[in-house]
Amino acid sequence: MRHTRMISLAAMVASSGLVLTACGSAGGGPASGGDSKLSDDKVVLGLLNDQSGVYKDLSGPNSKVAIEMAIADYKAKYGDDAVAKNIEIVMADHQNKPDIANTKAQEMYDRDKADIILDVPTSSAALAVATQAKAKKKLHINVGAATTALTGKSCNKYTFHWAYDTYMLANGTGTVLVGEGGKNWSIVYPDYAFGQDMTKSFTAAVEKGGGTVQQSIATPFPNDNFATFITKAESSKPDVIGIMAAGGDLVNFVKQYNQAGLQGKTTLAVGLMFITDIHTLGVEQFAGTTFTDAWYWNMDAESKAWADKFKEKTNTRPSFAHAGNYSAALQYLEAIQEAGTDGSDDVVAKLEGKKVNDVFLRNGEIRAGDHRVLHDAYLVKVKDKANVKEEWDYEEIIKTIPAAEAFNPTVSADCKM
Amino acid sequence: MTEFLQYTLQGLAAGGFYALAALGLAVIFGVLGVVNFSHGACYMLGAMVAALLLQHFDLGFWPALVIVPVIMFFFGVLVERLLVQWLLRLDPLYNFLLTFGLTLLTVDVMKRQFGVSSLKYQVPAGLEGRFTIGSVDLSVYQLFAAAFAVVICLAVWMILTKTRVGMIVRAATEDAERSRALGINVARWVTPVFGFGIALAGLAGVLAAPYRAINADMGSNFIIILFAIVVIGGLGSILGAVVAGFLVGLVEAYGQGYYGQLSQVLIFVLMAAVVLIRPAGLFGREEVA
Repeated sequence: MRHTRMISLAAMVASSGLVLTACGSAGGGPASGGDSKLSDDKVVLGLLNDQSGVYKDLSGPNSKVAIEMAIADYKAKYGDDAVAKNIEIVMADHQNKPDIANTKAQEMYDRDKADIILDVPTSSAALAVATQAKAKKKLHINVGAATTALTGKSCNKYTFHWAYDTYMLANGTGTVLVGEGGKNWSIVYPDYAFGQDMTKSFTAAVEKGGGTVQQSIATPFPNDNFATFITKAESSKPDVIGIMAAGGDLVNFVKQYNQAGLQGKTTLAVGLMFITDIHTLGVEQFAGTTFTDAWYWNMDAESKAWADKFKEKTNTRPSFAHAGNYSAALQYLEAIQEAGTDGSDDVVAKLEGKKVNDVFLRNGEIRAGDHRVLHDAYLVKVKDKANVKEEWDYEEIIKTIPAAEAFNPTVSADCKM
Repeated sequence: MTEFLQYTLQGLAAGGFYALAALGLAVIFGVLGVVNFSHGACYMLGAMVAALLLQHFDLGFWPALVIVPVIMFFFGVLVERLLVQWLLRLDPLYNFLLTFGLTLLTVDVMKRQFGVSSLKYQVPAGLEGRFTIGSVDLSVYQLFAAAFAVVICLAVWMILTKTRVGMIVRAATEDAERSRALGINVARWVTPVFGFGIALAGLAGVLAAPYRAINADMGSNFIIILFAIVVIGGLGSILGAVVAGFLVGLVEAYGQGYYGQLSQVLIFVLMAAVVLIRPAGLFGREEVA
């Protein structure tokens, strides 16, 4: 009894400290002036993502480098004719928490005078920022989050979804693998919102392709020991075992799957995986695994050239999120150039319906109806260690999924702009 | 039937590992009367140190099996000398809170230092693949881990019950005053026993490294299962920890096989049932608990 009281006291002290910091940092900004078409005479790009946690490597501080590259490319292209001459970046850590994302987004829009917020991984955090974007009538281009709600019931005029979503992941891996002969599936998923959503999307995608999901096995979350779940998944002799876990649970599952001697025997499809996962755990653990990627640094000469420039600055290879943030920042600046102003409504009008090709977006189109950005996606297989020629050389593209098929072809009925 | 046999085998294999992991917790409680909440964090440290030895010194699984427990032993000695010993005379709640705080601190320091992504580790050469008996099979590594754990458990039990050192340690905890009167330096034994318990946690961490995600959070869920095990077995009872370890392994495997998401709940249902029927646990003595 005594110790619960002590713990709650400690928690109260800690959280009140947090509130004080948040209040103390709010303040006024300079008033705008001059005859520039830009608010405050400058364009401010806000980068809001995970700088300390699980998605730090996926995007994090290196996305700032990617955005700086976009600014440099924009300035080089337009020189003295550039509408946006004074461009700033502000950056903050949302720790993957929606409440922090919400506060930080308000600070960015109000205090830092950000015209746009970029990135924002973690679905709940992304939805909080989308709500702020709508309220403040400032832009949000989401790169890092997966939820289709951003272009569904939470869609709004000022929010764009740039890189990927759960429909793309499920459709790419599910439908395409069935087409390649993986008819019978066992799905293992953690029993919480993310796992349930992914299982629903994957089951729909597998069935759309003409396959069957023989069993979907719910596991506790979090979970360390998957041995018996794996035996059970394998018992129906499936062609494909789909795993919908993420983070530590995904690592637990894959290690134990390999130890069960299944690596290479049954195709392992991972619902959501990033190249940074392969890098941290080692390519040998994931060899043969199939997943859908939004972009790969070594997929062609153009990407490779950009990835080389990125490596010079960061000493690492870019993930799709880095390239996605570059693309989003670049296309935003291009829209300002076309509109001649950074006024949100004018910029949105220029972005809507635009067809785009850049380092990241191939056959890209910014769909006006829900602000989903359609582009080519890639079904990839993780290479065997013997075929890895350099660090980060992990993925082999087995199929390019054309933009028209990669994303949901219809605008959700829930989306009212 | 094949299915049942397969689950049983997997349950026993997991159980061996649980027994070893819970053993240190039981030893520390049995001898010092300390409920060591930081046991999960020490298990995590064991796995992390093993991964770092591999990364920086190219020392693989086999050397780690020896080096890590030694490092963890001294870590335990340090913790006991600097912190735990000052609270031994007070209510056990104080040391519980102390080790709880230590856990938060350790986990956050490791997160800050090494991030939250998992570190790399491989199954040692020679222990890959699968072992088949008739219609059931098991990964070779899992079998090895379980057998290794059982050997360690037996050795610890032998040391504590059959040797002079074991007798002194047990006497010192049964009645410190009288042991002192007989010329035994009680304080001299408390510190190494605490270090030994922590070393066992570290050893369990090394065993887990090849088949579990190695990150700062890996001990946070694990400690809860370990507590369930020592409560079922009887706090402080070594035999109890081992039997309960196997029992929990089996319940978890049957749960996973037959009731999916209930697998972890079943462990706590078992715990509740045991506590209702035998409040001191299966092998606990009322006066210890």
